Amino acid sequence: MNKADYKNVYVFIEQREGVVQSVALELLGKARDLADALGEKVVAMFPGSGIADQAQDLIAYGADDVILMDTPVLKNYITEEYAQAIHQLIVAFRPSIVLIGATTIGRDLGPRLSARLETGLTADCTKLEISEGGELMMTRPAFGGNLMATIMCTEHRPQMSTVRPGVMQKREKDPSRKGTVIRFEPKFDKSRFKVKLLESVKENKGKIDITEAKILISGGRGVGCKENFEKLAALANVMDAEVSSSRAMVDAGIMPHERQVGQTGKTVRPNLYMACGISGAIQHLAGMEESDFILAINKDKFAPIFKVADLGIVGDVNKIIPLLTERLSKEIKK
Amino acid sequence: MNIVVCIKQVPDTTEIKINPVTGTLIRDGVPSIMNPDDKGGLELALELKDKWGAHVTVITMGPPQADLILREALAMGADRAILLTDRKFAGADTLATSHALAGALKCLDYDLIVAGRQAIDGDTAQVGPQMAEHLGLPQVSYVAGFEMKDGKYIVKKETEEGYQMLEVEAPALVTVLASAYKPRYMNVSGIVDAYGKEVEIWGADKIDVQENQLGLKGSPTRVNKAFTKGLKTAGEVFEVDPEEAVGIIISRLKEKFII
Amino acid sequence: MNFELTKTQQLFRQMIREFAEKEVKPLAAEVDEQERFPMETVAKMARLGIFGIPIPKAYGGAGGDNIMYSIAVEELSRVCATTGVIVSAHTSLCAAPILDHGTEEQKQKYLPKLASGEWLGAFGLTEPNAGTDASAQQTMAVEEGDHYVLNGNKIFITNAGYAHVYVIFAMTDKSMGTKGISAFIVEEGMPGFSVGKKESKMGIRGSATCELIFENCIVPKENLLGKIGGGFGIAMKTLDGGRIGIASQALGIAQGAMDETVKYTKERKQFGKSLSQFQNMQFQMADLQTKVEAARLLVRSASFKKDSGIPYSADAAMAKLFAAETAMEVTTKAVQFHGGYGYTREYPVERMMRDAKITEIYEGTSEVQRMVIAAKLFK
Repeated sequence: MNKADYKNVYVFIEQREGVVQSVALELLGKARDLADALGEKVVAMFPGSGIADQAQDLIAYGADDVILMDTPVLKNYITEEYAQAIHQLIVAFRPSIVLIGATTIGRDLGPRLSARLETGLTADCTKLEISEGGELMMTRPAFGGNLMATIMCTEHRPQMSTVRPGVMQKREKDPSRKGTVIRFEPKFDKSRFKVKLLESVKENKGKIDITEAKILISGGRGVGCKENFEKLAALANVMDAEVSSSRAMVDAGIMPHERQVGQTGKTVRPNLYMACGISGAIQHLAGMEESDFILAINKDKFAPIFKVADLGIVGDVNKIIPLLTERLSKEIKK
Repeated sequence: MNIVVCIKQVPDTTEIKINPVTGTLIRDGVPSIMNPDDKGGLELALELKDKWGAHVTVITMGPPQADLILREALAMGADRAILLTDRKFAGADTLATSHALAGALKCLDYDLIVAGRQAIDGDTAQVGPQMAEHLGLPQVSYVAGFEMKDGKYIVKKETEEGYQMLEVEAPALVTVLASAYKPRYMNVSGIVDAYGKEVEIWGADKIDVQENQLGLKGSPTRVNKAFTKGLKTAGEVFEVDPEEAVGIIISRLKEKFII
Repeated sequence: MNFELTKTQQLFRQMIREFAEKEVKPLAAEVDEQERFPMETVAKMARLGIFGIPIPKAYGGAGGDNIMYSIAVEELSRVCATTGVIVSAHTSLCAAPILDHGTEEQKQKYLPKLASGEWLGAFGLTEPNAGTDASAQQTMAVEEGDHYVLNGNKIFITNAGYAHVYVIFAMTDKSMGTKGISAFIVEEGMPGFSVGKKESKMGIRGSATCELIFENCIVPKENLLGKIGGGFGIAMKTLDGGRIGIASQALGIAQGAMDETVKYTKERKQFGKSLSQFQNMQFQMADLQTKVEAARLLVRSASFKKDSGIPYSADAAMAKLFAAETAMEVTTKAVQFHGGYGYTREYPVERMMRDAKITEIYEGTSEVQRMVIAAKLFK
């Protein structure tokens, strides 16, 4: 293998029912930074069916080239169908870097591809940089978020990485950007298609996604009961925020699991994380310490949460929150 | 029906703490456990055994101490246990690990291979699909339900929005979610018998793999550096009455343009 | 000499500890508060084979040893002493005497269902006027044709009402004193046998403790356990084994209270530091843990001797005496170290202190244990 034969930063554009997923645009934004550092191009690999009209959008979000694979075979994601298409594309175009969103689709496709290509893959990266030698440095959490590792793949190409949704920044859409759309037609070996999609079911369990929220008001043991969580909800209403919680409150049946922040719940990084009555066990910190601004309110001034908080208030959360709600709703009316 | 379940021994990451002074991981005294998703996978296999009389083999790659999780699997109801252990496997990344396991699986009869979605020490979710690729098997990851119908597998896969139902031709590989399969406890009688059974020890010479695909040599990725995130420096902490506290909060949030 | 558990025993401890933490602990407060027999836990334990740990595989048991059985009672009692005594009474006081003294027919009939947990077991010796002095039995058994007729009352019977099989002691010849006592296997539903009033207790409140009433109760002759007049010996031997069970229960309670107190004193801060950082606290806790560990060694040693066929009567008495008194001391101090919170039902040490007391009383009070130990000393 001659490394010089491999060029450019490729992004797998994940679409579901024809809708390009946010993580793909985030990856285009990151790929742009990496490609600029390398002096190379950003290429979008865009599989699907009836999606050609969206190619220009990908250019607007940072792609230089879009390789379109528009065929009914690729309408819905199925491992082998997609693996064949992307594998042939990679063999034909020889990318240096391949980025894939760490979704249920990307985490299924990525390892299948890396094994077929006999190259390395680093999962769930939270940081991507180019080293002085022009290699990709992929940083990811391990041991339940307790350890960070920077991983490199220097002797194999492409360098592959899956990236957590919500971590990278998408660029401002620039409709005036110019780029090239290339059509690529994979040759499918249908004898290897052994999985058939019977149905896709959307479950609306009143699901909210706390990872998408800009402001999270998170309650823990110090909030205590359901009635007090209503007070958090009232504040959330005023601040256009979502309510989340620590594991203790989920275990106690007060909050549903999908609102749990922490190692066994979700990892969040909102602009503001308000930790209300949360002591800050390491498992909880692992899920929120990347937040931009952390405000902690807790009775116990020795609570570990204060060690990561940008602003800490020692006091009774159940007194402070209603007062804050009142003051803020007045401010907003003004 | 022959089922092979791939399991891994992992440190119980919920027990890992960070030394508040040095910022390094404290790994002493952290118990080793069977990886939760793998245990869910074993439960799926044992439920199929209860229902259809399947023969369940468990296999793990690891140091000799990994014997413990194989005994646990036997006490839960597995029929056969294999420990893949060899210095040549050391330093493997996910790709090299998948080659070693696939090399062993090639020496076994199977209709279904079950693995956990991911291990709690690495959280990569890569080894399952990589093994499927080496073995040329169809794969389904994030499995939360499994039935058999007319010789095919009807598999429920969880997605971000809900779930999919997939029809899969056998043989196949599935990776299982712990949340979908609450593992049974070891049975007392099974525990009494567990150490009387044989755990087969397989080295690199026993499996169908090229040596350059194993261990450090077969690993395309390298850990360049590992570090704890360190301790974030604490911000200001105020101990004041609620009125004053609210004032401080509002002014600080305004400063940061959050409100 | 080896103080390590075998690998099998370690694997068993891993299972039972996880089971106790996940399945038993969450119910402990409720079972205590509502004086509710935890039937759902009994069903789960039955499926895992916990009711047949030391029963040989030939009789449907797990074929384990008494150390494993002791670990089971310890780990269950660590989180819920009620659950611990259900297993202890069943195994030590009902299954064990049938295994040790039953005919082949009796073993075939009773042990598989006891081992599987389909049938729970109980033991009836104590009477209103025959506690520590078991020889003062007033329950009578009279031979009539192909059966015995039992008349009398037993009190404080653990598992009563939920058990199917009862090992019952009654006088077959009053003139013979202790040599006139015989043992019988009585089944639920036998004519003339009923369960009386349930006691309201200080501790182990989820366990069923009731009176048993025999009114012309017809027990088939084949249900005589052991020889006629051999009952007292069976009772004493059974209680030796039972004491390992109760010692294990006391040990579990003590360890559970230590666990809770370590956790609490690390979290609770006074005067700007956690309680666990005060040296006085550290020293007191160190002394307590030393006693708990000493109790554990006594319990293990008695279990080991029983498994090895070495006489263990005094060892079991010492284990029970020391473990019970340790449990009482540890739980009392645990409440103290929790301060006001320790006196509330918000924290489990309050329950543990109430639960600990019974271990100094039943299956031989601490005074009886001293009698047993002294008897060996001065024989």
